[in-house]
Amino acid sequence: MNITATTDVQHKVRHIIADLQHKPGALMPILHAIQDELGYIPDDTVPTIAEGLQITRAEVHGVISFYHDFRATAPGKHTIHICRAEACQARGCRTLERHAQQTLGVDYHQTTPDGDITLEAAYCLGNCATGPSIRIGDDIHGRVTPARFDALVDQLQTVPLVIQAAQAGADRKEDSNHG
Amino acid sequence: MVKVFVPRDTTALSLGANQVADALEQICGGQDADIDLVRNGSRGLFWLEPLVEVETGQGRVAYGPVTPEDIPALLDQGMLEGKPGHTLYQGLTEEIPYLKDQQRLTFSRAGIIDPTSLDDYVHHGGYVGLRKALARIPQEIVDEVKASGLRGRGGAAFPAGIKWQTVLDADARTGSSPYSKRKFIVCNADEGDSGTFADRLVMEADPFMLIEGMTIAGLAVGADTGYIYLRSEYPVAHKILNEAIARAGEAGYLGNNVLNSGKAFHLEVRLGAGAYICGEETSLLDSLEGKRGQVRVKPPLPALKGAFGQPTVVNNVLTLAAVPFILAEGGQAYADYGMGRSRGTLPFQLTGNIERGGVVELAFGVTLRELLEDYGGGTASGRPMRAVQVGGPLGAYMPESQWDTPLDYEAFSEVGAVVGHGGIVVFDDTVDMLDQARFAMEFCAVESCGKCTPCRIGSTRGVEVIDHIRANQERDYHLNLLEDLCDTLEDGSLCAMGGMTPNPVRSALHHFPDDFHQDRTTASRTPAGEA
Repeated sequence: MNITATTDVQHKVRHIIADLQHKPGALMPILHAIQDELGYIPDDTVPTIAEGLQITRAEVHGVISFYHDFRATAPGKHTIHICRAEACQARGCRTLERHAQQTLGVDYHQTTPDGDITLEAAYCLGNCATGPSIRIGDDIHGRVTPARFDALVDQLQTVPLVIQAAQAGADRKEDSNHG
Repeated sequence: MVKVFVPRDTTALSLGANQVADALEQICGGQDADIDLVRNGSRGLFWLEPLVEVETGQGRVAYGPVTPEDIPALLDQGMLEGKPGHTLYQGLTEEIPYLKDQQRLTFSRAGIIDPTSLDDYVHHGGYVGLRKALARIPQEIVDEVKASGLRGRGGAAFPAGIKWQTVLDADARTGSSPYSKRKFIVCNADEGDSGTFADRLVMEADPFMLIEGMTIAGLAVGADTGYIYLRSEYPVAHKILNEAIARAGEAGYLGNNVLNSGKAFHLEVRLGAGAYICGEETSLLDSLEGKRGQVRVKPPLPALKGAFGQPTVVNNVLTLAAVPFILAEGGQAYADYGMGRSRGTLPFQLTGNIERGGVVELAFGVTLRELLEDYGGGTASGRPMRAVQVGGPLGAYMPESQWDTPLDYEAFSEVGAVVGHGGIVVFDDTVDMLDQARFAMEFCAVESCGKCTPCRIGSTRGVEVIDHIRANQERDYHLNLLEDLCDTLEDGSLCAMGGMTPNPVRSALHHFPDDFHQDRTTASRTPAGEA
């Protein structure tokens, strides 16, 4: 990470802390906000968070490492959660997870080498009458067969190009505004 | 203008409800058919989702399960006039037997109203309970809840009225913390049990009911702030709750002066971060305070020393959601439902390998078999049912011989099972009960908070022991060891996570012994269920 990017991250994190530190029990909302903004909680933001809340770095690290959701490393472009819980097991999630791991070539908590997809486990998405279920971003999908899984993954790998193009356009516009 | 309803709850969305709504708007727009598209919650008839409803003079007519590709034919065959003909026609929604025969108190509005419309909520009986509560003193509100016989719906089934009384009587003036003099209402919306989604459906289909219930709880015990601790796996509920809270605040139902009563009640949603243990109330409180979600030693009870060290009501979503009815109709009206000491209704959730999955709200006392067969209609796979897990991942696996047990906290306890949060997960005869027992231990190992040794270490040892049994290594020795380990977990754990993990393990072992005794080292293993 270059110096500008690091400064930028620290700036964003300080801003988030300033926004939320008045809340009782502010650490969880702050960690969520940082992860929403950056995709993960970089190690070098831990001292900043600790200082902002007047707690120890160990306490911050302890909380980050306790919860499955919080990550200390960047995820892939998309994160897919496969529900591993009983109601989905009854509908074939064990087959689905094997299929997903084989086709993506990764285990849980890993990201595909191209940086596209991170695979995670979920223990219940609350969609238990229409399993097996998976979550992609904030979208939950029901009755996901291996074929449906492949189709959803295909969509991820094609749709973002459009978004990327649009994003690139927006970035160029922003650059020219700044320029 | 014809009112057309397309649900926006997680399950409907997971099956393409947004695409159905888009197709409807596009095609109707093209045909100049004037429709008023309402995004309702779900009726909880999940096997019919996406369930499209059309308002007619006779009532709402249902079509489902609808895909975007069905829309042109449905419109051609008079869907907007509620006409029969198309194979997806289900008749009047209210007359669908699955729904008609239910006793819906908590889910009376689910799927009927637009979840974020305050007008809809008030028009369908919402906020009557709060107005009645505002006219009473706190003790009278607590007495009404006591009279209802309502017990905590999260699983522990502790009488809600007694908990509220403890918080009402608690002295909040002690201490020098910034929170002294305050009490809190905390809603446990960390619905982590597999096979449950009733909390989610309340929040996605009728969120104002929960908001009202929490406000009444605040008035009852003298709390001015409430937190809904919501699991992060529920992004749809998160969005809808925040929308509803904002609207309730704008309309004066929340804030510094609730309905000009001079009483304050503020409400905020707090997100968990993927930890099953945070559904345990003391872990939840630690998490809410910004700590690792580790279980606290009790006493002190959260009612006396809960959130931020202050007296706190911690109740499940369904418990708090039952409160508006109890205040509006009276505690006795609620207590009139049920059996024995299990009063009122419970929304049972039919899930897993089931033909007709969904929410079935009935008075306590219905048997498991009635739910599985009359409502559920057997397995989705068409194969025989073999095991049914009731009450989440810490609940027992029940064999067919126990399916005539009435769903009642005490009756279930007598057969070594739990009703829990009302989740019912069905497995057909392809299930391998050794796998299920192993998963119970694995889940405990993944989700243990780590505070006590039996749960933290015992669960990992449990996985290993079951792997030895699977590999046919000193089977009898390891079966004994597994029983011994279950004793240790049961007797030595700090909370229900370790204490109840033996439920699924032992029930699998005792009721389905064949799965633990067959030789798996040879290639020709007898398929489970045919042994």
